[in-house]
Order: sequence, then C-alpha cells, then structure tokens
Amino acid sequence: MSYLEYNRETVPTGFRKVLYVNWALVVLLVAVSAVGFLMLFSVAGGSLSPWAEPQIKRFALGLVVMFFVAMVPIYFWRNLALLAYLGSLLLLVFVELFGDVGMGAQRWIDLGFMRLQPSEVCKITLVMLLAAYYDWLDVGKTSRPLWVALPVVIILVPTAMVLKQPDLGTALLLVVGGAMVMFCAGVHWLYFGAVIASGVGLVSAVLASRGTTWQLLKDYQYRRIDTFLDPESDPLGAGYHITQSKIALGSGGWTGRGLMEGTQSRLNFLPEKHTDFIFTTLAEEFGFVGGVSLLVLYVLIIAFCIVSALKNRDRFSSLLILGVAGTFFLFFAVNMSMVMGLAPVVGVPLPLVSYGGSAMIVLLGAFGLVQSAHIHRPRGRG
Amino acid sequence: MRRAPKDTEESVRRITRRGLVMGGLMGGFATLLAGRMRYMQVEQADTFRLLAEENRIKFSLIPPERGLIFDRNGRPIAVNEQIYRVVIVPEDAGDLENTLARLRKIIPLTDEQAEEALAEMRRSSPFLEYTIADRLSWEQLSEVAVNTPALPGISPEVGLSRNYPMLEDFAHVIGYVGRVSDYDLSKIEDPDPLLRLPQFQIGKVGVESKWEEPLRGKAGNRRIEVNAAGRVMRELDRQQGVSGVDLQLTVDSGLQNFVQARLGTESAAAVVMDVTNGDLLAIGSAPSFDPNLFVRGISVADYRELTENDHRPLANKAAQGLYPPGSTFKMVTALAAIEAGVVTAGETFYCPGHKEVSGRRFHCWKRSGHGWVDLDGSLQQSCDVYYYELALKAGIDNISAMAKKLGIGVRHDVPMSAVAEGIAPNKAWKAERYEQDWVVGDSLNASIGQGYVLASPLQLAVMASRIASGTQIQPRLVKSVDGRETEVKGLEPLDISPTALQQVRKGMYNVVNSGRGTARGSRIVAEGMLMAGKTGTSQVRSVVVRNQDVPWEQRDHALFVAFAPYENPKYAVSVVVEHGGGGSAVAAPVARDIMLQALYGGLPPLEAYPSSSRWEAEQMRKDLKLREDLRQEASDRA
Repeated sequence: MSYLEYNRETVPTGFRKVLYVNWALVVLLVAVSAVGFLMLFSVAGGSLSPWAEPQIKRFALGLVVMFFVAMVPIYFWRNLALLAYLGSLLLLVFVELFGDVGMGAQRWIDLGFMRLQPSEVCKITLVMLLAAYYDWLDVGKTSRPLWVALPVVIILVPTAMVLKQPDLGTALLLVVGGAMVMFCAGVHWLYFGAVIASGVGLVSAVLASRGTTWQLLKDYQYRRIDTFLDPESDPLGAGYHITQSKIALGSGGWTGRGLMEGTQSRLNFLPEKHTDFIFTTLAEEFGFVGGVSLLVLYVLIIAFCIVSALKNRDRFSSLLILGVAGTFFLFFAVNMSMVMGLAPVVGVPLPLVSYGGSAMIVLLGAFGLVQSAHIHRPRGRG
Repeated sequence: MRRAPKDTEESVRRITRRGLVMGGLMGGFATLLAGRMRYMQVEQADTFRLLAEENRIKFSLIPPERGLIFDRNGRPIAVNEQIYRVVIVPEDAGDLENTLARLRKIIPLTDEQAEEALAEMRRSSPFLEYTIADRLSWEQLSEVAVNTPALPGISPEVGLSRNYPMLEDFAHVIGYVGRVSDYDLSKIEDPDPLLRLPQFQIGKVGVESKWEEPLRGKAGNRRIEVNAAGRVMRELDRQQGVSGVDLQLTVDSGLQNFVQARLGTESAAAVVMDVTNGDLLAIGSAPSFDPNLFVRGISVADYRELTENDHRPLANKAAQGLYPPGSTFKMVTALAAIEAGVVTAGETFYCPGHKEVSGRRFHCWKRSGHGWVDLDGSLQQSCDVYYYELALKAGIDNISAMAKKLGIGVRHDVPMSAVAEGIAPNKAWKAERYEQDWVVGDSLNASIGQGYVLASPLQLAVMASRIASGTQIQPRLVKSVDGRETEVKGLEPLDISPTALQQVRKGMYNVVNSGRGTARGSRIVAEGMLMAGKTGTSQVRSVVVRNQDVPWEQRDHALFVAFAPYENPKYAVSVVVEHGGGGSAVAAPVARDIMLQALYGGLPPLEAYPSSSRWEAEQMRKDLKLREDLRQEASDRA
C-alpha cells in the first residue's frame, strides 16, 4: 500500500486551507444551484413554497457538508473508501427491507429533516472505492484480466441491487460512472471495445428476436422500446410526457417566453415538472439562450475538475476527481437527452437544479472530495 | 513502501492521456446536446410553437365494446346498455371546485360524491376523462348539454354499461363486472392502459372474470387537435379498437330459470349435465342475488345483507360448495371393489344393523338391519354395512382412485370462480394433511361418503354422467366463442368394465323404480324417460336426533344424483339441499322436477308423474316463480 507524499511543509494546514480552495468551482456550483432556485420558484407559480425554499436550505446544508469534507486531508478519505462503499451497500439492503416506497421506484431512509436515498450515496462511494483500488494496484497490472475483473464486480454488486428496486437511471449511472474511472486508470482500450461491441450485439439480438420463437424480452418490454422510438404510439404513458416536453421546449425559441410565462402552468402536464422535467421549463421560459447557458455552466464545472485532476500528481486524487466529474456529467447529459427525446425516460434528475435533497447533498459532498483533493495535492518543494 | 518515481510518472502520463480523451468525449456530447437544443428551439421552433399555442394534441382511448354472452339458444345473458353520463377532463376544467359547484345546480350530487370525485381527479392524471355522474335521464343530459359553455371541461356522453337481463338466474355462473381496483391492477403484470381509465369495469367473478381478456377486447384510440380554449378542431387519426368476443354458453336459460325457481329459498345447489357431450345445461345455486347491483355500485346496506345472510347467497354452491356426498358415493365404492376383483355383484353380505371393527361399532342407518344384501339390494335400500364390508376388502386407495376416475377430488376446468377440488382421501393425503396414519375406521366412513370425503354438486353431476355414459366426459360451460364451437372433451370410454357399470346402473334404476327403492316416490312414469338415481343424506353432526327437532344449521344435508332416460341416458342431475334433512324426502323430488323439465324442454305434462305425486306437482307449479316470458312460452305451448 503506497501512501500519499503528504508533507506538512508544502501542504496547507489549518485555516490557511481556505485560501487554497478552488473558488472558481464553488462559484460555478452556486450559480447552477441558483438557476435551480429560480426555476423551482417559477414552476410553483412564483412562490418560494413548496419547492424553492427547502431547496435553498438544503443547498446551504450541502455547502457546509462540502467545506467540512474539503478540510479533511484526502488520504483520510482514501483510507475510508472501502468502508464507505460497504456501508452504502448495507444501506441499500436496509431500504430494500425497510424502506418506504415513494414516487414509483425510489427508496429512501427518512432521517427526519431529509430523506436519504442510499442509491445516491452509492454513486459516490463506488467512484471512491475504484479510485482507491487503482491507487493501490501496481500500474503494470492495470490491464490483467484478473485485476480488471475485480473492479467489474465492485461495480456490478450495487448495480444489481438498484436494478431490483428497479431504478434504471441509477443503474446506468453506476455502470457508466464506474467504467469512466476504469477508463481513466488506463485499462486497455480493447476491454471497452469488447464491452461496447457486445452491448451493441445484445441490443441487436434483442431487437432481431422480436416476434420469433426465441424472443428475449416480454411483449410489454418491446412496447416500451416502441414508446421510446415513437412516443406518440403510447398516448397515455411516458410517450405523452415526452411529446409534451418536446413541444414546450421547442416552443421556447431563441430567448424563451420569459419567467413564469411557460405553458407549463397552463398545461400542468407533468407530475415531475419540478424534478426530472425541470429543464423543459427552463428551456421554455429562457429559450435556447437559457438552455445553453446552463449547459455552459455545467461544462465549465467539468472543465475545472478535469484541469484540477490533471494537475494533481496523486493517483487517488486524480481518479476520484475524474470519477466525480464523470458522474456529474452523466447526470445532466442523461437528463437533458431524456427531456429532448434523445433517450428513454429513466428518471435521472438534473444535478443541483431538480428538486431533491439526497442528490443535492451527495453531489455537494462529492465536490467536497474534489476540493479536498485539490487543497491537499502534493506539491513539489520550492 | 514508496512508489517508484518511474511508476508515478507512467501513471500520471496515463491518467493525463485518458483524462483528456474523456474530457473530449464529454465536450463532444455537450456540443451534441447544444445542437439538438438549437435544432428544436431555433430550426423547428415554429412547428412546436404552433403546436403549443394554437393547438394541442389530445389523445383519448376509445373503450372497446365488451363481448356479449348468450345462452345455448342465443338468449342474451350479459349485454351492454346505453347510459347517459357526464364526463369531465380536469385539465380543461380549470377551477375544478367552481365548475363542480356549477354542475351540481343541474344534476344532483351528494356532498360525498362531489368529495370523492375531487379526490379521484387529483389522483389520476389531469388529461384523463373522469365520469362524474352516470345513469342520468335524457332530460338531465340535455340540460348539461345546453349549459356546456358555462361548464369548461365538462361534456355529456353516451356510454355503455353492463347489464344482466336474467337478473338472479346467472349471478353465480356469469358473475359480474365492477370498477378496477388497485388490487386488480397489482395482480396484472402489464396492465392494459384501458384499466387505468377511471370507472372502467372488468370481470370480478365467474365467466366475466375468467374470460376477462377475450371479452374486454382491444382499445382503439384517437388523436384530436384542440385549440387553447379546449375546442376540438379536427380528428387527426383514429385507430379502431377490437370488440370483445361473444360467448355462447352451454346453459339453457329456461332450464336455469326453472332450477333457480325450484330451489327457491332453500340453501341449495343443482347441476344439470348432458351426459353425451358434457354440456352444463343448468348450474343452480340458491339463494341468489342480482349482479346488476354490483355493476352500479352496491350500497353498504345491500352488501351487508348479502354477506350476513346465513344462506350465503354470494357463494356459488354448485362449484365452490363442498359436502360429504353421503350414500351417493356408494357407486364409487361398489365400482372400486368390483374392479379390484374382491367382490362380485351377486355376492351377498349379512347386515345386522351394524359392523364391529377393531372394537368400534359402525352403524347402518337401519338399526334393525337389512339381512342378506347383494350389490343391487345394497344400492336400492342404501345399506351401509354392505359398503363397510367392501371397504375392508378393497382398501381406501382403490376407492380414492375410483373417485378421481369418476371426477370427485378433481378440479374440473370450468370457467367459474373458485371451482373446488373436493377431497377423495387416501393414506398419502391424510399423512400430508393431518400427519396421522390412516385407520380402518376412516375407510369405513369414506365408503359411505362420510368422514373426509368431500364433493361439490358439479362433481356429483360429473360422476353421474360418467356412470351413465361410461365415458370420461368432462363438463363444458362455453359452447362457442365468436361462433366457433369449442371442443367436447372426454368422449373416450372409462377403463371400467362395462358389465360393472351396467350392474351399478341397474342398482340405481331400482333405487328409483323398484318397490323397495329409497326414492320410489320420485320416479318418472313417462314412457322411455325412466330415471335412475341414488339418494344420500350426509351428517352434519354425529348425534342421532330426528331432523325436525334440531335447528336448521344442524340438520343433515339432503343429496340426490340421477340420470335419465335409463335405457339411453341423456341427462345427469345432482341436487344438494343444505340442512334439508333426508335425501329421498327432500332432494329427490327436486331432482325429478328438474330432470323432467330437461327431458321435455319445458314444463312436462302431469302424466309423467306417478299418480301419487301429481297433486304435489300441481301445487309446486302454482307456487313456482318463473320468469314472465318463460311462463308465457309455457302457456303458449300448452
């Protein structure tokens, strides 16, 4: 086990750490969240209740969590990685047994002031453990089959558990997020090529088998695929939402209809207008300019993270930052694709904007890890 | 250990390379998203704006017409009637409470109904129609229609609702439809969106439930364009749904009506089966109820009345009710013993009125004893001791196997709710059920249809049909589906020697027709229509008291199974009267009346009755509450 070249002379200690926080990233996070507050205010018809106010409070709490996590030396988090991962698996089992089922497939533990969704926590602990694993592994062994198989198992255990819930969105984020860390750690190209090829093969097999004697899926699952490909074929289900979402988004034009002028309030077509489909409202009310602005903010957050990761010579730190950035990217990329009709509806929120406590606090905690890695990065002498 | 510098360098280089690739991919995807946004919001903006501002597309499901159900002669048993109703689309109504308040000035709604409607609408999705009032009069409907401008989102409609013109007659066979409950939805893996329509009705019990999907059909749907004010501009396209299939049952509604009327207020069941093809001609269960109550939403008081009635009107006693078959089981014991080769029909046993086995005394119903009896005599006079002897020789496993062969202890494939399996007990069954060994006393009890043996009236009718026809005939309830005849099952002969069957049939003939038969009073005297049968009385308790002196719920069940005509069997009948007393006195006359009705296809001439019973038959007809139209037909014929 290697340890971080942690040097009290070159790494800031005590209150001096505050000076070394990546403030640009903090500003970006606040900006994105502020967009969220505004939108929640708007969909509630110009009112702080029921969504904007709790969201602001949670954001404040999240910031506290973020700074707390940031001040703790990064090697501490690395040593905690395995424990955190196992802990989050336990929580998953716990909700499977005792959790309340709300809003379809999401499960949580009620902590009183918020509802904690273990599946959210898992997204981060998985990235942590994978980063720690590659930090521990000799670089030369990275692409050996056995050492590739182990992280695959680490990814698939929580994935299988959330699929049982069933929470497709989270499962997707876990798999792709984990794969990103493996990719950055330098696992050989061919592995990814093989997985992608077999994925494509599987999908074609599933589609080709339809209506034959060896049909792989049940009829209704094929109907869901149809709905995705042609939303209007399912007049009462998800198809209606997608169609309406596209109409609202498309009608935003260049600059949108203006705050609270969206037809959302009149249509009232989505039960998830404050969660999964909040981007629709943004794009409708602030148009292409508004939508792209948010996208730019997101891309900047990713960019700052990548820069920070590449400047960091500690392996755990770089992989952790890249993993968090990757997961964050998946959140908004999948959500936007969903509301624009590019991807099936899987139920992934827009990060820091959608109404929801768990995702917000967990994400800010994750950015706390990014900050910790940034503050405590190894610095050469002089 | 410290990682070698080279190693670190290699790792940093690798991460940098891969990190940049990943960043590039992310950037690429973000560009793609921006491009899609641009395409939708700039290039296609006009299209979407048009859709959003001027018109919206609205989908609506067109519920298919539920399939109809007819009896074997094409008389309607379940139909769809037109009803006038008022529907509301919450999405278009704007201020729901306000609209509702205005509507209530036109059609009377209780506060309770209004509350429920509001709650229901908040639960379901806003673009789904909700039926706010149905079964309105034409006047009320027109008044709503006139006032539509003041009632946004509300429209008067003509809908279809299930109706059962035969009222109580088919309640247990057909069942009824009712609103889809959350429990119903939870049982279905991938519910048809139709089921989510508020107030859509599906089969809850009986044929309506067992044939739900074919009867339901497939929904059509239409897309219409509406403008911002909610006015329909035009229909974009329309996919026609597929109506449900029409079913024709094997039941004869005239006979069914007679059976229900004849059972009257007794707690009883009767089944009539065509022995040549298994057609169930009547499946009576009394008392009954009006299934239309359930379609319209039954009141708590009415429902309580049905559930708290000790005659259990909601139960389909013909298929779900299980009774010890009593002496009607003796044909099974006799056939089992003859087939096992332990006894011949001519062999006689002495009946002193009881049988001592391992220190216990098993009584014959006739305390003075029957003296020497053979198979024929034992059936005729229903001697118990003879069957104790047979059971000791043949053993329970032979008896149990024979019972299953004849349809007792077998779940018959008939589309009614909760068709009971019954019990044809044997050693293995007792070991599993009670974890006890089978004792010889159990065999003796089983041999005369007591103890663990349980059968439903349906199974008793199957048993009688199989004995009469000598085939493995299976009961059939659905005669044709959309005009296509269903297949008759079980025309293969039973693997029981025809001689043995004939000997048993002869015994059954004598039960009804010989001077000493237990059911002599219920014989048929018409040429070529003679009946053969077997009485049965099954104990509900073991104390011996005269039936008249005990409360109703402790009296014996009366049973009778029969087939006719004896020479060339056509119909089998089974009758069970709960707590009726003795089979010969109570069940046999009912079975005879039903049999005659079946044989003549209507009310028989009084000459078919022996002179001693004609007066009673006349009285019975006077008191019978037949359906008006059938009564009319009967008098036309006469």
